[in-house]
Amino acid sequence: MQVTSSVREPLVTGGKSYHDVTHDVSRHVEAKPNIRWFLAFLTSAGVLALGSIAVIATVWEGIGMWGLNKTVGWAWDITNFVWWVGIGHAGTLISAVLLLFRQKWRTSINRAAEAMTIFAVICAAMFPVLHMGRPWLGAYWALPLPNVFGSLWVNFNSPLLWDVFAISTYFSVSLVFWYIGLIPDFATIRDRATGLRKIIYGALSFGWDGAAKSWSRYESVSLILAGLATPLVLSVHTIVSFDFATSVIPGWHTTIFPPYFVAGAIFSGFAMVLTLMIVTRKVYKLEDYITMGHIELMNIVIIITGSIVGIAYITEFFIAWYSGVEAEQYAFINRATGPYWWAYWSMMTCNVISPQLFWIKKIRTSIVATFVLSIVVNIGMWFERFVIIVTSLHRDYLPSSWAMFYPTWADVGVYLFTFGLFFTLFFLFAKFFPVINMAEVKSVLKSSSDKVNK
Amino acid sequence: MERDTHFVTGVYEDEDVLLKAITQVRSSGIKIHEVYSPYPVHGIDDYLGYKRSRLPIAAFLFGLLGTTLALTMQFYMMKFDWPMIIGGKDYGAFPDFIPVTFELTVLLASFGMVGVFMVSTNLKPWAQPRIFDLRITDDKHVLAIDIANNSSMELAKIEEILKSSGASEVNKKSFE
Repeated sequence: MQVTSSVREPLVTGGKSYHDVTHDVSRHVEAKPNIRWFLAFLTSAGVLALGSIAVIATVWEGIGMWGLNKTVGWAWDITNFVWWVGIGHAGTLISAVLLLFRQKWRTSINRAAEAMTIFAVICAAMFPVLHMGRPWLGAYWALPLPNVFGSLWVNFNSPLLWDVFAISTYFSVSLVFWYIGLIPDFATIRDRATGLRKIIYGALSFGWDGAAKSWSRYESVSLILAGLATPLVLSVHTIVSFDFATSVIPGWHTTIFPPYFVAGAIFSGFAMVLTLMIVTRKVYKLEDYITMGHIELMNIVIIITGSIVGIAYITEFFIAWYSGVEAEQYAFINRATGPYWWAYWSMMTCNVISPQLFWIKKIRTSIVATFVLSIVVNIGMWFERFVIIVTSLHRDYLPSSWAMFYPTWADVGVYLFTFGLFFTLFFLFAKFFPVINMAEVKSVLKSSSDKVNK
Repeated sequence: MERDTHFVTGVYEDEDVLLKAITQVRSSGIKIHEVYSPYPVHGIDDYLGYKRSRLPIAAFLFGLLGTTLALTMQFYMMKFDWPMIIGGKDYGAFPDFIPVTFELTVLLASFGMVGVFMVSTNLKPWAQPRIFDLRITDDKHVLAIDIANNSSMELAKIEEILKSSGASEVNKKSFE
């Protein structure tokens, strides 16, 4: 039984009935794709094809194609890796953490956000795989496999190996969580369809019958998966931050990294969800499901996580001074005033100042402002990783080996490749999968619709 | 009349009417085969008298297996099979093994539980489910009663009870 609150804003507007929900979401799967979809899809597939030239060059020639040098041994590759993994975090946060907190507004956005997570993690995984240089041997370096050296195992003391386990677990658990949620919706499409589509979606729906017993188990599974995914999502970016925090490089060797990275990840992830959802709701006319209320709540999450990130920057700076360690102090002064000052101040402007604009209600309830700021936030978060990685490396303990990093066309191309990959996958998802979790929206509909509520 | 092939179904529009109907149908002595809904109806398990799912137990046991396997693997490889001094630490550097142990615990718990869920619910790509009504994945709830299972009661009586409990339609459904 559901209780209607007269105080809260309805989650779904427009007085939708259960059948309206089915129809509004399924029709995009059933209709022929329109010209706008084809244009968008072909553009991203084109970027993917163009970027793959850089990927092939990197694999063929080796990572000498990138702009790395002896001083700056990590640059765009790991920057992009951390950036994409961070973006992925919002999907799990929405579907798992908000489920545990019983935030019902998550039901209209969780499907697309989880899809975004999965695609972003695929993009992220490209970078460490390519950085291996010879990815076809990668399994021996990344997995504990017996080998010709009489089982010289991988090093379980290394955070890079922890990352292998963290990212692959994160990817596979997110994928399973997402798919379990898709099963009842595939069944909905199956029961509306005829012919070939019925066969395909019938197979995809795994023979879902909608029985009370099945739903009971489904809810059990969702709850436990949410309970497992919540510490998992926190662990993933914690372990990513260990890649830096366990080193002895000034600017990296910081205990604040795990919470700071997790907050930054959620910050950038929500920004990407907003970027994608604002476009999706417009193109698919889903304004009644992804309402201004949803956008405002996501903007509030951006204020909170953005402020945590801002405080982390300032704390880091203060502790560098307070520690009295000269190298540490220099690393931070160099960030703000050295040759990479422009990257540092872009990061500060985009990540610390711009989200504070959302305190103004007019801005956080404006579609245009939210869309622009969501992109600004992700630019800022890319610069954050670039600043942490490159400015800490480029001036190390030995002034004679100080250097600058300049990206080559292959660096740019590989980054473009991941953009093409991400959007190609997202457009395919938006066409062939129900972009909103119909079953879960129906389960919260009663508290938000007069048509259903009798 | 064979068991499990001939059914009488009541179609309900609203979840609250459905929950009241379940109580009414059960108290009149009819055994309910199953209820089919387009979305999870909160509290329906209690009305139908279903026990709580034991899937969380499966998840816990698989998780425990993951923890054990991860720790055994890491200690075997790092301490016994090929010991190496790394960072001046003990061969069996327990704190360093926690991240991988955690990840494998989560991995096995999730996959184990989902595996059990798929087997117990008979979810597989080639499964042919019994669809009592095509609208149960859209906007209708269907309460199915196995006629052979309720042979002590006349069919007309069952249909009447379903009607009076608020069903918008009462249909018959047979499977091969």
